[in-house]
Amino acid sequence: MTKTKLFALTGASLLGLMMTANAVNAQQSGYLSFLIDNGPQSVAVAEAWVAAFTEQNPDVTIDIEVRPGGGEGDNIVKTRLATGAMADVFFYNSGSLFQAINPVQNLLPLTNEPFQAAIQDSFKSVVSAGGEVYGAPFAPAMGGGIFYNKPIYEELGLEIPKTWDEFMANNEKIKAAGKTAVIQTYGETWTSQLFVLADFYNVLTEVPDFAEKFTAGEAKFATTPAAVRGFEKLQAVYDGGYLNADFGAATYPDGLRMVATGEGAHYPMLTFGIGAIAETVPDHLADVGFFAQPGDNAETNGLTTWMPDSIYVAKSTTSPDLAKAFVAFVASPEGCDIRNEAVGATGPYMIDGCTLPADVPPAVSDMLPYFQEGGHNGPALEFLSPIKGPALEQITVEVGSGIRQAADGAALYDEDVRKQAQQLGLAGW
Amino acid sequence: MTASAVPALKIQRRSLYPGWFYAPAAVVYSVLFLAPTLASLYFSLTRWTLFDATFIGFDNFAQFFREPFLIQGLVNTVIYAVITSGLKVVVGMMLAVMLTSQIMARGYLRSVIFFPVLVSTIGVGMTFTVLMHPTLGMINQSLALIGIKGPGWLVDPKLALFSVALVDVWKGVGLATVIYIAGLVAIPKDYYEAARIDGATKLQNFFYVTLPLSRPATATVITLSFIGGLRTFDLIWAMTKGGPGFASDTVASVIYKQYQAGFYGLSTAGNVVLFILIAVLVVPLTMFLNRKQGFE
Repeated sequence: MTKTKLFALTGASLLGLMMTANAVNAQQSGYLSFLIDNGPQSVAVAEAWVAAFTEQNPDVTIDIEVRPGGGEGDNIVKTRLATGAMADVFFYNSGSLFQAINPVQNLLPLTNEPFQAAIQDSFKSVVSAGGEVYGAPFAPAMGGGIFYNKPIYEELGLEIPKTWDEFMANNEKIKAAGKTAVIQTYGETWTSQLFVLADFYNVLTEVPDFAEKFTAGEAKFATTPAAVRGFEKLQAVYDGGYLNADFGAATYPDGLRMVATGEGAHYPMLTFGIGAIAETVPDHLADVGFFAQPGDNAETNGLTTWMPDSIYVAKSTTSPDLAKAFVAFVASPEGCDIRNEAVGATGPYMIDGCTLPADVPPAVSDMLPYFQEGGHNGPALEFLSPIKGPALEQITVEVGSGIRQAADGAALYDEDVRKQAQQLGLAGW
Repeated sequence: MTASAVPALKIQRRSLYPGWFYAPAAVVYSVLFLAPTLASLYFSLTRWTLFDATFIGFDNFAQFFREPFLIQGLVNTVIYAVITSGLKVVVGMMLAVMLTSQIMARGYLRSVIFFPVLVSTIGVGMTFTVLMHPTLGMINQSLALIGIKGPGWLVDPKLALFSVALVDVWKGVGLATVIYIAGLVAIPKDYYEAARIDGATKLQNFFYVTLPLSRPATATVITLSFIGGLRTFDLIWAMTKGGPGFASDTVASVIYKQYQAGFYGLSTAGNVVLFILIAVLVVPLTMFLNRKQGFE
């Protein structure tokens, strides 16, 4: 942004900032634009934060702008950053997608902000680049696994599966009872990736250094049997005939509704879906449970975890101090409480001092043991490697609807990944 | 044009309009069209992040042609263009013949057939996506009433591209019909009279009078709908986003996905490929169609 534009836009707010900087009581004033994704939870929680923040700082105005999620959203974020037209503060993914928006060039470093002291290192590592920390978590950590319908499990007397074979045996019984065993919603293609992505904890138990070798271009999905398993599992639920009739056209909200109301028994998804269930079918929230995607060994059963999305400050901002103050507010225990109130609790927070309310939905309490003493969990690949191929969701739709064989899909994904690695300028590709 | 007329004409033109009258148009054309076109030729040879571009020669093109779904996108594009332009010619001609004959409510029917052309493509796409839902869509529910289990129009990889092409025809056939109506009305009545005196049947009338004499209209319809089919994007994106998987990807949707993923150099290379593809297919086609035009 040019200097003239900068002054023209925010002359008044800069003046205001300079005055308040001297004041003892650091009340903020000025204007912020705030870009968020259009998920119902994001909108609800962003509105709650803005309302609370502007109540404490009456001279501040914050405009919320809403963008689509998924690939369209990536497109908007990348283009606006590249053209210097990004909002002052915005929500975006952490991990590999964060690496793809060129953080060193586009984002304001938040490394030395006081609030970072309370944020857990495991989160900082997924919003860091070039030795600087650029983000703060605005949501709880998530697990990737399988939502299940508790009434169906009780009715058929099923046990929570600890291995993939047990899971498939459950599916067989559910199918025999005339019900839909596995819900898939390829109408929204991103939802098709879960069986592959959420299998990564199981990959790590067999090949602990897969992520490093994958980033270096030495390990491939197609040639690592543990990594092909995710694609095979995706194919197995299709081959078994366990899917809902409209799996090709159903959408994410359909899937959540179906698993909550018992139209289907299992729905592979990230636990952030709990918030949407609470919003759309609150009467059935208590009917939804959650378990990790089973591997081949019951001993090592554990959960693939997702770091929360992050809130960032664009380097092009004209009011960096105000933007930082807002981020600090969001990433504080007070911010967590506002979140709990606005959209409910969906998982453990990455901020020290943030607590969950006593009465969390069953799907959340099912997830917590994986994070506690004696539980097993490991991060998803996108938090260990900067590379994620953009065509994975199309490939998983193909494998998951019987168009392409699992091994073939894994090989095609390796090709897709190569493009991303080259674009990022990584060595060894 | 005679040799003597040329210099006279030139002198006249010069005196009337000075050359720099062209300047505004030339500036606009160069800045908005020529410069980006030339720049895109350069950027298609680079790995580009919008900030810096690394020159990598023809790697983007090699990448573009190596990937199976990009090749499938090319094939799908040609299939789509051939189906839509072919059907628009046949159906458009049939409708035009019907609508130029003496039938009831002709004016009303003409507007009904043209109406879909006026509706937004995205709106049409979303509407048909709902209608073509495999279990809840109105099309399959109507089929179920008469005991037919309808296919998954947009979710069956073998059908998806054809379903979108059919919707494209539904939406675009009105324009083809209008062009044909204009072409048919322009045919002098004398030919039909002569044919009637010779004792031609209605079918002979159509094949030996109407069809040959509407060749200019046919050329226009084919060229317009073929180019439209080759660069189609909005309808595909609204209905299937190239899916399921890559089954209905066309060159344009593949290019858009590369751009979405931040592969700016690769998507620019794709645009160059699309540019060449259209030129290679359409230039000979128009030359062929126009060569025979006006032989009557």
